[in-house]
Amino acid sequence: MTASGIPINNRPNLPRSPVAAALLRSVARTPLNVLLATVALLWLIPTLGLFLTSLLSPVEISQGGWWRVLSQPALLTVENYKDILANEAITSALTTTLWVSVGGTAATLLLAAFTAYAFAWLEFPGRDWLFLCVVALLVVPVQMTLIPLFSLYNNVGLFDTVLGLILFHTAFGLPFSIFLLRNFFLGIPKDLFEAGRIDGGSTLQLFWRIALPLGRPALASLAIFEFLWNWNDFLIALTFGRDTQVVTVAIFSQLRQYGSNIELIAPASFLSLALPLVVFFAFQRSFASGLLAGSVD
Amino acid sequence: MLSAAAGNVRTGAKGDRSRRSWRAHVVPLCFVAPAALLLGIWLIYPVLYTVVRSFFDRSGEHWIGVGNYVELFTSDFLVTAIKNNALWVAVVPAVVTAFGLILAVLTERISWGTAFRLVVFMPMAISLFTAGVIWRLVYEKEPDRGALNAVIAAGQETLRPAGKLAEAVPSTSAVREQPAGGLALAKSLSPGDVALLGLTQIPTSEVPKGGVDAVRPRSLSSGVTGVVWRDFRPGGGAPGRVERGELGLGTVAVELRDERGQMISETTTEIDGTFAFEQVPRGSYVVSIAAQNFERPFEGIAWLGASLITPAIMIAYTWVWTGFALVVIAAGLAVLPRELLEAARLDGASESQVLRHITVPLLAPVLTAVFVTMLINVLKVFDVVLAIAPGSVQDDANVIALAMWRTAFGGKNDFGLASAIAVLLLVLVLPSLFLNMRRFRRQA
Repeated sequence: MTASGIPINNRPNLPRSPVAAALLRSVARTPLNVLLATVALLWLIPTLGLFLTSLLSPVEISQGGWWRVLSQPALLTVENYKDILANEAITSALTTTLWVSVGGTAATLLLAAFTAYAFAWLEFPGRDWLFLCVVALLVVPVQMTLIPLFSLYNNVGLFDTVLGLILFHTAFGLPFSIFLLRNFFLGIPKDLFEAGRIDGGSTLQLFWRIALPLGRPALASLAIFEFLWNWNDFLIALTFGRDTQVVTVAIFSQLRQYGSNIELIAPASFLSLALPLVVFFAFQRSFASGLLAGSVD
Repeated sequence: MLSAAAGNVRTGAKGDRSRRSWRAHVVPLCFVAPAALLLGIWLIYPVLYTVVRSFFDRSGEHWIGVGNYVELFTSDFLVTAIKNNALWVAVVPAVVTAFGLILAVLTERISWGTAFRLVVFMPMAISLFTAGVIWRLVYEKEPDRGALNAVIAAGQETLRPAGKLAEAVPSTSAVREQPAGGLALAKSLSPGDVALLGLTQIPTSEVPKGGVDAVRPRSLSSGVTGVVWRDFRPGGGAPGRVERGELGLGTVAVELRDERGQMISETTTEIDGTFAFEQVPRGSYVVSIAAQNFERPFEGIAWLGASLITPAIMIAYTWVWTGFALVVIAAGLAVLPRELLEAARLDGASESQVLRHITVPLLAPVLTAVFVTMLINVLKVFDVVLAIAPGSVQDDANVIALAMWRTAFGGKNDFGLASAIAVLLLVLVLPSLFLNMRRFRRQA
């Protein structure tokens, strides 16, 4: 932000006052500001369109586009939201999604923390090979597992259950979570564990008292990441549920008769993205750092 | 590295040494076992099973060798999916990485860069499925419902406004449609003649308010006169005759052409529908109502139709993932050595030169990471296709992951072929495994 301001300040006959300088700089950058403001609008408008559509009555939706409410705000109504909150299929889908997301996240974090700690600080035969195996599993496409697990789920009664979905998400969250947490745990100074050991701490106590509290930042961003990943899932819930529907699947089954029931699809879609957005805006820092840890060294 | 085993050995007394080392193995195993069990059942066993299953037929009873793989590359359904996926791979990762780079460089120069990145990154929090629903709304065909076509319609309306006679047709066979558009009198005219151009089927909403009755104009010895009118009145009326109660159509563009089609003169009608071409030399002429009066309003581009569906989905997908590229590249940009960039600028390098010769090479590892991540994402693209493509064009929008799902669970129920498709997907993402391994070894 200061970088290209330098040439301006070098010119001798320009005003010295910081306000005037800032004003000049912003005028010089007007085209850039306009361009980026346009891009930002392009990124906002589609979601805004869904939101405003969800606030139109079914009759108004059939009469024209959502942008009419910009000139006629009186068209806005929360009727659709009242309707879908009274709609059993949607409310139970939202509850199911919440259970699956919370359960999957908690289980992934717990199992991954134990495993990552063992990979980072405990010695056992085949440790490095096992870890390599985990890294290899990072790339397995979900599609490779759908068919055998579909049969397995049907045989053991996990098909169409919340538990089945939680277990699936847990297993698929593990490779990334183990990878991330192990790297984080490795960064904890060795002296801390040595001191704990001398004080007579058992392995479990060292894990519980030192590694977990110190790993809180990594665990937090991982929790957000896993929660969103589980909440936003579509493919897994579509394959392994029939009556146990998460919200994306519930919307999908409405989408098949599209056009007639947009007054249901729009508010349901907006509800399904509202929670991720709240989580995202509340924890954006952890979110971004988790993403960075996952993709770049 | 401090480890339980080493620690125990160091403190252990002679007598219970073997018991301790036994415990030293068991404790770590207890830490690892639950996750290992889950990974074994949910990932390793299914992968092996799917590979084996891909060599069996639909029922799973008969070994058919590479039969499924042959079908993979010969059936239309799957070849389309592979071709579409190739297009995705060729376009989307490069576009997303380029967008991310450009926006990352630009946001460094504005005061609200953080807010901008937040906005562009926001779709990353939304599920790909819901993003698909959002864009399906944007792509609606009718311009008064789909936002994208509404914008195009608004642009079109300023450049080429729709004619007010878009729906009109001739009232008699004396007026005919012309090959080039517009309506003309079938009979050619000479100076002194009067052209009667009657139209019907003009919707009431298009009839001008405060219009006046049409008038049959007088003939002009050295010119051609005429009238354009709504040849209809409540109760009917006789076609081809200007009667009381039939409205004149004002401000309609009328053309006079010679017999070779060369434009001689043009004019517009008065409020009573009359017009006159004065000072017309002798000869025979064709009088016509100009084509632009019949210009139909913009009817919307079929973004969700068979030919545009894949690009349309790609746009939605790019909208989602640009934020990812932007944030990762901006983070890389933030730790670049500023002195280097400044030195180049002081030496007179232009911004594009700085970008091309300094920023991009320095960012190469980050750009590669983003590109490879996108490559893998694009190979597995699924949700957004299923959400945007209506059932009727899903064959045209097909991609490998969707083809696998539809083959296994979408009615075909062919687990053998679907397994082969899944294996193809695995083989395609496998190179990224080696990249991961290399990164891991570098860190270890």
